[in-house]
Amino acid sequence: MRRWPLRVVAIGYLLAILVGPLAIVFWRTFEDGVDPAWSALTQPDTVHAFELTLIITAIAVPVNTVFGVVCALAIVRRSFPGKGLLNAFIDLPLALSPVVVGLALFLLYGREGWFGSWLDRHDIQFLFALPSMVVATIFVSIPFVAREVVPTLREIGDDQEQAARTLGASGWQTFWRITLPSIRWAVIYGVILTTARCLGEYGAVAVVSGRLQGETETATLRVQERYESFDLAGAYAISILLAVVAIAVLLTMTVIRPREEHA
Amino acid sequence: MLPIAALVASSGEDGWRGFWDAVSDPGAVAALKLTLLASLAVSLLNAVLGTITAWVLVRDDFRGKAAMNAIIDLPFALPTIVAGLTLLALYGPKSPVGIDVAYSRTSVVLALLFVTLPFVVRTVQPVLQELDREMEEAAKSLGASELKTFRRVILPNILPGILSGIALAFAKAVGEFGSLVIITGNLPYKTEVSSVYIFGRIESGDGTGAAATAVVLLAISFALLLSIGVIRHVATRHEHA
Repeated sequence: MRRWPLRVVAIGYLLAILVGPLAIVFWRTFEDGVDPAWSALTQPDTVHAFELTLIITAIAVPVNTVFGVVCALAIVRRSFPGKGLLNAFIDLPLALSPVVVGLALFLLYGREGWFGSWLDRHDIQFLFALPSMVVATIFVSIPFVAREVVPTLREIGDDQEQAARTLGASGWQTFWRITLPSIRWAVIYGVILTTARCLGEYGAVAVVSGRLQGETETATLRVQERYESFDLAGAYAISILLAVVAIAVLLTMTVIRPREEHA
Repeated sequence: MLPIAALVASSGEDGWRGFWDAVSDPGAVAALKLTLLASLAVSLLNAVLGTITAWVLVRDDFRGKAAMNAIIDLPFALPTIVAGLTLLALYGPKSPVGIDVAYSRTSVVLALLFVTLPFVVRTVQPVLQELDREMEEAAKSLGASELKTFRRVILPNILPGILSGIALAFAKAVGEFGSLVIITGNLPYKTEVSSVYIFGRIESGDGTGAAATAVVLLAISFALLLSIGVIRHVATRHEHA
């Protein structure tokens, strides 16, 4: 088959949808040099937004890594009632609108929600504060580690684990010495995807955070706030920084993927 | 899981009648219609363009192919709000190429195309890689045209991949929020999709109304997850036969 027409279609499509828009924003941001972008990024509220995003990510990623590995082990190595349900629920955040996730938390922990009065009585500020934003971010990024680890666990089988156990290794030792080393690239890959998702989360956090400037505003919320305040330069500068992180994530994925496949 | 239960419970707070009134609100219906139609359009566009892209990645060879392969995953890594802003920069009022689709229905499709781009490519690509070239060559040596070879030999093999890619893209499109906020302008009855509608309901303090529409989206998500499971199941059974 003559190849170039298809090649032109595919490349043209990617240029129009992915590369073009991003290139324009890069160009617009640095049109007048680096200084305007830098001063936009060093506004106190913007700095605070990035700090908040980092804090949330630093909590959500370890939690989801442990949870993801445990779930993957449970799904592949154990059988228990409700396993099918767990399997389906792990994938749910991928198919669910982030706004719906935010709303569900809002209804559960809000003033009239099931836990609302309990939180009120103990004077715990959940909604419109860090805890709800962390929980929302954890929720939307649950699936990534488990989804990477499950196929790898299936593929390596449990021969080595059984051998370790017959030789007298405890469950814990088997995990650290045998299982973890063989799934490490899958875990790392999952962690990278989780991190990207946490840094970029918008919808769920937008619902539960209340978007208080300088308080509960994350980097992605800040992009929208800047845009709505007609500060395009500010919105572009934050976007570029987030895009650079995204591109770094892509590069890391490209480096890791072959290792994961050959592990 | 608890949050989901609270969501369903809250949607039923005013009884079946209240739920139905909230779901059948003209604004909610218009938003849901747009969501489903735009998602369908985007899924079908993805099926064609995604398959072509996967084909080029597997069968073609040119400089920069590795970079192209890496770029496909960009929508997974890029924050959706940034995606919306970048699309607006190229296809908005200040477009350097003179295309302005901002605040129109085209912009909804455009944003959804961006966020769903990787799905079909990534489900079809591995199948194409595994595909036995001998079958194609046999078909060709028996006198089948290129088109016929594709339709009769290649397509049946990659169809499960395309279908599960479509289902994933559709699920993502139905729930998409971040990339739409900036470029569509969220105009009720025109560019407002269900997730934006839900957000608006929450902002105006109508938790029950928001929950009702959210339950509809939730049901759609569940149905899609199930159908993806069925497609995978059928596909692997086919393989083992």
